Amino acid sequence: MENKISIDAGGVYYRKLNEQIRAAIADGATEIGLTGVNGQRYIGDGISDKVSINMDGVPGNDLATFMNGPVITVHNNAQDGMGNTMNEGKVVIHGHAGDVLGYGMRGGKLHILGDVGYRVGIHMKSYKTKIPAIIVGGCAGDFFGEYMAGGNLILLGLHHDKDKPIVGDYVGTGMHGGTIYIRGEVEQYKLGAEVGVMELTEEDNKTLKGLLTEYCTDLGLNLDDIMNKPFIKLIPISHRPYGKLYAY
Amino acid sequence: MLRNTMPPEFKVIVDHKRCRRCKRCLQNCSFGVYSFADRVVTDSAKCVACQRCVTFCPELAIEVRENPLAFKASFNWTDVHRKNIWKQAEQSGMLLTGMGCDVDYPIYFDHMLLDACQVTNPSIDPLREPMELRTYLGRKPDTIKVESASDGKLKSKTKFEPQMKLDVPIIFSPMSYGAVSLNTHKSLVMAAREVGTVMNTGEGGLHKDLYSYGDNIIVQVASGRFGVHADYLNAGVAVDIKIGQGAKPGIGGHLPGEKIGMEISKTRMIPTGTDALSPAPHHDIYSIEDLRQLIYAIKEATNYKPVSVKIATVHNVASIASGIVRAGADILYLDGFRGGTGAAPTVIRNHVGIPIELALAAVDDRLRKEGIRNQASIVAAGSIRSSADAVKAIALGADAVAIGTAALVALGCRVCQMCYTGKCAWGICTQKPELTRRLDPEEGAQRLVNLLRSWALEIKEILGSLGVNAIESFRGSRERLRGVGLDKQTLDILGIKPAGR
Ligand code: SF4
Ligand code: SF4
Repeated sequence: MENKISIDAGGVYYRKLNEQIRAAIADGATEIGLTGVNGQRYIGDGISDKVSINMDGVPGNDLATFMNGPVITVHNNAQDGMGNTMNEGKVVIHGHAGDVLGYGMRGGKLHILGDVGYRVGIHMKSYKTKIPAIIVGGCAGDFFGEYMAGGNLILLGLHHDKDKPIVGDYVGTGMHGGTIYIRGEVEQYKLGAEVGVMELTEEDNKTLKGLLTEYCTDLGLNLDDIMNKPFIKLIPISHRPYGKLYAY
Repeated sequence: MLRNTMPPEFKVIVDHKRCRRCKRCLQNCSFGVYSFADRVVTDSAKCVACQRCVTFCPELAIEVRENPLAFKASFNWTDVHRKNIWKQAEQSGMLLTGMGCDVDYPIYFDHMLLDACQVTNPSIDPLREPMELRTYLGRKPDTIKVESASDGKLKSKTKFEPQMKLDVPIIFSPMSYGAVSLNTHKSLVMAAREVGTVMNTGEGGLHKDLYSYGDNIIVQVASGRFGVHADYLNAGVAVDIKIGQGAKPGIGGHLPGEKIGMEISKTRMIPTGTDALSPAPHHDIYSIEDLRQLIYAIKEATNYKPVSVKIATVHNVASIASGIVRAGADILYLDGFRGGTGAAPTVIRNHVGIPIELALAAVDDRLRKEGIRNQASIVAAGSIRSSADAVKAIALGADAVAIGTAALVALGCRVCQMCYTGKCAWGICTQKPELTRRLDPEEGAQRLVNLLRSWALEIKEILGSLGVNAIESFRGSRERLRGVGLDKQTLDILGIKPAGR
């Protein structure tokens, strides 16, 4: 049964706010609306319940860190460190988001409508059926997918002006697992030495379509508009990038 | 090409008159020294002097000797330098090693002596009088307000931050499941429970069988975030953020794919056979502010359990430590340059970092001068070899010490430094089932309990002789230390007087 509750976050210190959110969940709330959010950190941090949290304001750093179940929707921009070591659940951002998103993320989804900053999807991992996904609608900064070890990282480059590159330098540096899909072309010099460019297989197209269908539903986009341009696929050439450094 | 351009480091000699051809040496050697052709045949070039065969030969028929180079002696071109160059010329690549730095830099613990009571100030007999080794790690308040309760008893009005309670001021240092075997982790955690202390999981997560030992576990979070999830963070009594390791400051962890078998893969939550990379920087931490962000992310996820931050002692350790305490760490873990490792490039292990004794003294000084020493406890590590080292470290300002190598030695380790090969003959630093089963966790735990109880007795004896009855009141008592053979500047940094003064 649905149990809606609204919390006024205006001027509330993050520690208090997060206490209130946890208390509401303990009281059986399944749908939490936050009003007046303005930079409070750690919203959703470590929460394992399957609740939904919605907000109109801009949440602070480390949104959904260590998160393990909730679905968070932000009708605004988000800041740095979102989805740090996240395990399950989803975050939908109807705007831009900052640096270091999905660090060490091992499950769940980040759906971002706009641009993202540096080091997005770094150390992302997957294990068996737990395959995390980050989908970025706009462009990304340097070190996209650095040290990536698993999961799917998708960059769409929608609605960006022509002069701006779709992604920064050092894409997939140190990558040793997972897949990066980019809608468009990326110059070879931007790619980490560990990365190879591949054509999409039938299987890839299926994965991509599945993930993007959900993304489009969340953000009110049209799947055909996205699929009308070819994607490239980046995968590591070896899952042992540093196997040959040592003598004896 | 020659198989080896250098003579073997050790010589394995079998006394064939005594040998009864039981072949135990063949079974026990994990480095492939032995074979059998009518009688035991040895390939000395493969021997690492782990002493496994010597220990298990029922006839005492085996002797492992050093095989010194018969080259012209040179103070400058030592045999170590020559051999390293040959190795690299042959195979190309960095040289790897295990365990702590083995180079003869000064060991300051061996240049400090403790005081004792005589005539005018009575010592205490620890066998007859109460002697307190209990230690609480965590943030202490700036002041304590006391009020009397309705029953007339005094009680603290100040609310304390959560503390970690130790019955002995010695904890087990982080050694990851992956670097060491599951039986090693089991031995450590069972011993920790028995003695009333904690083991640190290291960065490889916690095997599901060990979650029930939560009260005696500190869980570690490193840059690779292996096996880190909300349940894991809440599994122990505290969370440790690994920034650095004494044996390899500025160098990350790298567990080779060969070591990632089924169980490790489950615990670390990564596929079998892939390299587990933990680069030195956490790429979300570039400043004290960023560190603060992670500390508080962890506190939020754990309902404010104590958070420890582990760093390698490097040149500027005192100001780094000050930043860490100001970032909100409740425990500061200092790992000196002699600290152990499962694998590190030899060049880093032997040449980077500073000794724990000097670092500890400098950090304690700095935090006191800044008036923030109470905000975090200090754990000192990086080659605590005996109870004497532990007491000296506490006199220099540590709240507690951590032991890694000493614990492994108690489990049978011979400090052969071959941990990085994954062939540890004692079943400690390996994942091969035929080797890991050599360490029985029950027996291992008992040996660790024996060690910690012995050290506890010795610490009590030392405290008694000092006329002190609680270890917590002894912390930072540098007045009870004297230096021997140390120069003025070193004495000044250690904050101790020379013997005779
Ligand atoms: S263990 Fe000793 S007695 Fe047995 S075969 Fe080896 S050398 Fe001979
Ligand atoms: S743990 Fe094993 S391999 Fe490492 S030094 Fe000890 S005995 Fe040797």
